Amino acid sequence: MIKLENVTAGYNNVEVIKNINIDFEESSITSIIGKNGCGKTTLLKTASNLLKPFSGKITIRGEDVLSISNKELAKKISYLPQHRPVPNITVYNLVMHGRYPYLGFSRTPRKKDKEIVEMAIEHMGLNNYINKNILELSGGERQKAYIAMILAQDTDIIFLDEPTTFLDINHQLEILEIIKNLKTMRKTIVMVLHDLNSALRCSDKVCLLEKGEIVICDTPQAVFESGIINEVFKIYSKQVLIGDGTGKQYEDTKQYVFYLK
Amino acid sequence: MNRNSKSYNAAVIASLVILLLIGIFLSISIGSTRIPLSEIISAMRQGNNTSKAYRIVSYVRIPRTLAAVLAGCALSVAGAILQAVLNNSLAGPSIIGVNSGAGFFAVLITAFFPASLYYTTVAAFIGALIAVLLVYFIARKTGASRMAIVLAGVAVSSFIGAMTDTVLILKPNTAVERIAFLIGGLSGVTIDRLSFASCFIVFSLVISILLSYDMNLLALGDESAKSLGLNVTRIRFIFLILASMLAGSAISFAGLLGFVGLIVPHISRFLVGYDNRILLPVSALIGSIFTLLCDLLARILFAPFEIPVGIIMSFLGAPFFIHLLIKGRRGQLYD
Repeated sequence: MIKLENVTAGYNNVEVIKNINIDFEESSITSIIGKNGCGKTTLLKTASNLLKPFSGKITIRGEDVLSISNKELAKKISYLPQHRPVPNITVYNLVMHGRYPYLGFSRTPRKKDKEIVEMAIEHMGLNNYINKNILELSGGERQKAYIAMILAQDTDIIFLDEPTTFLDINHQLEILEIIKNLKTMRKTIVMVLHDLNSALRCSDKVCLLEKGEIVICDTPQAVFESGIINEVFKIYSKQVLIGDGTGKQYEDTKQYVFYLK
Repeated sequence: MNRNSKSYNAAVIASLVILLLIGIFLSISIGSTRIPLSEIISAMRQGNNTSKAYRIVSYVRIPRTLAAVLAGCALSVAGAILQAVLNNSLAGPSIIGVNSGAGFFAVLITAFFPASLYYTTVAAFIGALIAVLLVYFIARKTGASRMAIVLAGVAVSSFIGAMTDTVLILKPNTAVERIAFLIGGLSGVTIDRLSFASCFIVFSLVISILLSYDMNLLALGDESAKSLGLNVTRIRFIFLILASMLAGSAISFAGLLGFVGLIVPHISRFLVGYDNRILLPVSALIGSIFTLLCDLLARILFAPFEIPVGIIMSFLGAPFFIHLLIKGRRGQLYD
């Protein structure tokens, strides 16, 4: 789907990620994990073409991203940053911004754009907030409004930078359910997650980064069993099964706990 | 009526247009010689160049009124643009050095090329652009925080102010001629001078309103705006040029009018919110009304003596600015 070949990138001539080779598969969830400052966000920004790589090639279904115009690329890739200013606008207007790549010169939304925006708001359960100002929403509701904007952007590939950070546990779990639901809509999701338990539980693939390089990128079970997480984070980890013992809820109740060495 | 509804916005615009028309009429009618409406109409109909009323209206009042309308609208829209583009509600042409940049170049051209009256507008525009780019560049280097931009503006303004003072000292004749310019005033404006600057203003205004939706996206932050397909660097640069053209053109005939570009966008946002598609036209209208009102006050407060409009604006603007600072300290500033 979206492929990075020998990509090296960073800021002010300082390499942050080095020689990255990865192929994010279609309709899958990939979580990027790693210690602070290992280059997770840089990888996300580079893959979404917000940061031009020093070297290497990024392709979407074989097409070089450099040959795609900004607006056309915005119809294929969406990106939700972790840190962003909160605009003083209504939920409806925020979600309508997601339609920007599809608007003509007059920037007037058509009937179809309005329908898509309304559907996205409904999908996120924000109907009651449609005319509310983003500033008045709680962190969790705000995050849902931004995801509604991403939905309205209607891209196949979605990059999310720490979508659950700073949210209470209820909203964290709700946002993760929403992300899993995006996969059923045939979206390719790549996200940076700090919460290793969530990353291992929700993803099809987990990529572990250390000092700007991919150490392992595999299924959560394989990554966990490799023990590399323990080495990189200098921790112990355990897989715990929570359930009634019948094994019926095995997949749903697999949890990971981590503790200091 | 919902504050963000189309009917509310239409009602605001209609009310402002009515207020503007009243302001224009008062501006033409009131002065050291009061001319009633009937006399204005009959004088303009007859077009008699020897009539006193006709001469006052066409050579003094109409150019002055047009100057107030154009300067107010241009500086306010420039302020609204700068506040949105720099994501800083305390940015305004005078705060971030646009006024002093334009003023310096205007003084420079008057000092060394006194015959080149028409080039004043171009010089003021170039000065405004250089100042704004300088402030933007310095602020970017230091993280572009709100405080960084205000401080960079202060530094650039001080530097340019020192250069202006140097020119004024070296060319004392210019100092005498330019006092009104430095304070900001609308008396003595001619149609000839206005026509040149008004082309820049109308052009920049139209382009700004056409691109105003793109400016809305900047409020999402650079990364979000980029990922939506907006060329952030290009659009920010275009708007900085437009703001410089607007401010530079207005300053070229109205002098260094302070604070109008800072106050009016705030009043406009209070009325219609943050959508630049409606904010820019409303800022243009309120800016014109505000400047007309200040100019009227300047004419009648100490009649028969007149004080420059820039002084009235600073009297009204400075307390408002302090009010903004205090509000910001309490965490209540609009953004």
